[in-house]
Amino acid sequence: MKYSIFSLAKAALSGHKGWTRAWRDPAPKNRYDVVIIGGGGHGLATAYFLAREYGIRNVAVLEKGWIGSGNAGRNTTIIRSNYGLPGNTGFYELSMKLWERMEQDLNYNTMVSQRGIINLYHSDAQRDAFARRGNTMRINGIDAELLDAEQIRKELPFLNYNNSRFPIMGGLLQRRAGTARHDAVVWGYARAASEGGVDIIQNCEVTGFVRDASGRVTGVETSRGRIGAGKVGMAVAGSSSRVAAMAGMKLPIESHVLQAFVSEAIKPLIPGVITFGAGHFYVSQSDKGGLVFGGDLDGYNSYAQRGNMPVMEDVCEGGMAIMPMIGRVRMLRQWGGIMDMSMDGTPIIDKTPVDGLYLNAGWCYGGFKATPASGLVFAHLLARDEPHSEAALFRLDRFRRGAMIDEKGQGAQPNLH
Amino acid sequence: MRIACPFCGERENGEFTYLGDASPKRPNFAVDGGESPERVEDAFHDYVYLRDNLAGVMREYWYHGGGCRSWLVAERNTVTHEFVSVTAAPGAGAALAARAGE
Repeated sequence: MKYSIFSLAKAALSGHKGWTRAWRDPAPKNRYDVVIIGGGGHGLATAYFLAREYGIRNVAVLEKGWIGSGNAGRNTTIIRSNYGLPGNTGFYELSMKLWERMEQDLNYNTMVSQRGIINLYHSDAQRDAFARRGNTMRINGIDAELLDAEQIRKELPFLNYNNSRFPIMGGLLQRRAGTARHDAVVWGYARAASEGGVDIIQNCEVTGFVRDASGRVTGVETSRGRIGAGKVGMAVAGSSSRVAAMAGMKLPIESHVLQAFVSEAIKPLIPGVITFGAGHFYVSQSDKGGLVFGGDLDGYNSYAQRGNMPVMEDVCEGGMAIMPMIGRVRMLRQWGGIMDMSMDGTPIIDKTPVDGLYLNAGWCYGGFKATPASGLVFAHLLARDEPHSEAALFRLDRFRRGAMIDEKGQGAQPNLH
Repeated sequence: MRIACPFCGERENGEFTYLGDASPKRPNFAVDGGESPERVEDAFHDYVYLRDNLAGVMREYWYHGGGCRSWLVAERNTVTHEFVSVTAAPGAGAALAARAGE
C-alpha cells in the first residue's frame, strides 16, 4: 500500500479500519543469498539497499527481539554531518544527503527535521578548533557557519551568558543538521525492505555460525533453526564482540553504556540541537515537547542497558551550567544503551578474516545519524565484495597499519571517545 | 553501583576512574632478541587494540582517585554490574603503608 494524502483520506472515511501490515512476517527459509544479523536501523537499511540498489532480494534480516528494540530505539535521534577528518567527513555527508530524501525514497514519514545544530565554544582554542572543522566541512561542500557570541545570543537568547568560568564565546552551526523519528526510521526501512522481497525474521537469535571445511561461513544457527547463507553480515553494534566471538574473532571494540534522558513535555523552547562545549551536554526538544538530552558515557564496560547516578548528576550539572532554567523541569524518564566503542572512535565496515562474514560495527555513539549511509555502504560491500568509496577508510586492519581515524584524538582508550 | 575499596570501604562509583580490562599484558621482547618484526607487531597490536569485551565476569582496573588513590583490580559482572571481588592491584597499597607509619 502506497501511503499518500489520498490513502489517508480513504482510510479516514472507512474509520481507519483498512490499514494493512507494514511489513510481512514470514517463517525463515532454509537458505538466503545474504543473511543480516541484527534488525536495527543499520541492518534493515542494509537489506533495503541490497534489494533496491544492488538487486539482491533473497535476503533475511534476523533479529533477536523485535526490530528496533536495541540502540535504534535508545538514541537521542540527532542527525548531523559536522565531522573534520577524511573518511568521516564524506561518509556522514553521504548520510545527510540520504536523510534529506529518505521520506520520498521510503514513502514513509520519518519526521526528518533539519532544525540545525549549534556546538558552543568557550575558549579561544576551542573556537580555533571549530573554525578549522567548519572550514573542512565547507571545503567538502557541507554547510557550516561560525557564529560569534552576539549571533548565538540572537539564536538562543535563553542560555546563561553570565558564566565567567566557561563564557559562551560563539558556536559552530550546521543548519542542515537536526533530528528524525528513530522508530519511524526502523519501520520505514522494514516496510520498504519487505516490499523489496526481504524477509524480516523477529525473535530469532543467532547462536552460532555454520562453517564448511575451509572455514567459510555458510550459514547461521538460530533459535529458529539453521539458516544457510551465501554471505552473512553482522550489524549488531553493542553486541559485536559477542557475535564475533562465535566466529573466533576478537575485535578492537569495548561495549560501554551511554545514558539519555527525557524531561516532561513543555512548550516549544529549543529550536535545534545545542551542545555545551565546556562539559559534555547536548539537548534538543522532541516534537512531543520533551527535552531530550545526554552527556558522557558512564565509562566502564557494560552490557546492562542501564547506567549509574554519577553520570546523571554530571549531565544535569552540564545542563544547569548552560541553561539554568532546566532546573525547573522535571525528568520524565532515563535509559541506557550499549555502544560499540571502537579503539579510535570510528566505525568499522569491512570483510573479516573469516570468509563469508562481513562486519558493520564500532559505531560508538554516532550510529543513528549514520543509519542510511551505513546501510548503503554495507550493502555495497556485501554485493560487490569491495568497500564503497565513502567507506574505504573504515577498515578492520587500520589499527595494525596505524591508519586510525581518531576524531577526538584520545588514542586507544574507548571510554574517552 | 558501589565499589568496596579494600582500603576505604564501600564508596560510590563516582569516586573511581576506570581503566579497563586487566587481562592484556604488555608484550615483553628483548631488544634485538631475534623475534621477527611481524611477531612483535602482532603482539603489540593485540595488546593495544584487541579486547575480549566479555559479557559476564571481567577482571578490570579501577583507580580510587576520590579516596586512597590506589589502583584496584575488580572482578565485576558486565551484564549485571555486580562486583565479585575488589583487591589492591599489584604495587598498590600506599594507603596501608601510610597507616602503618611507613
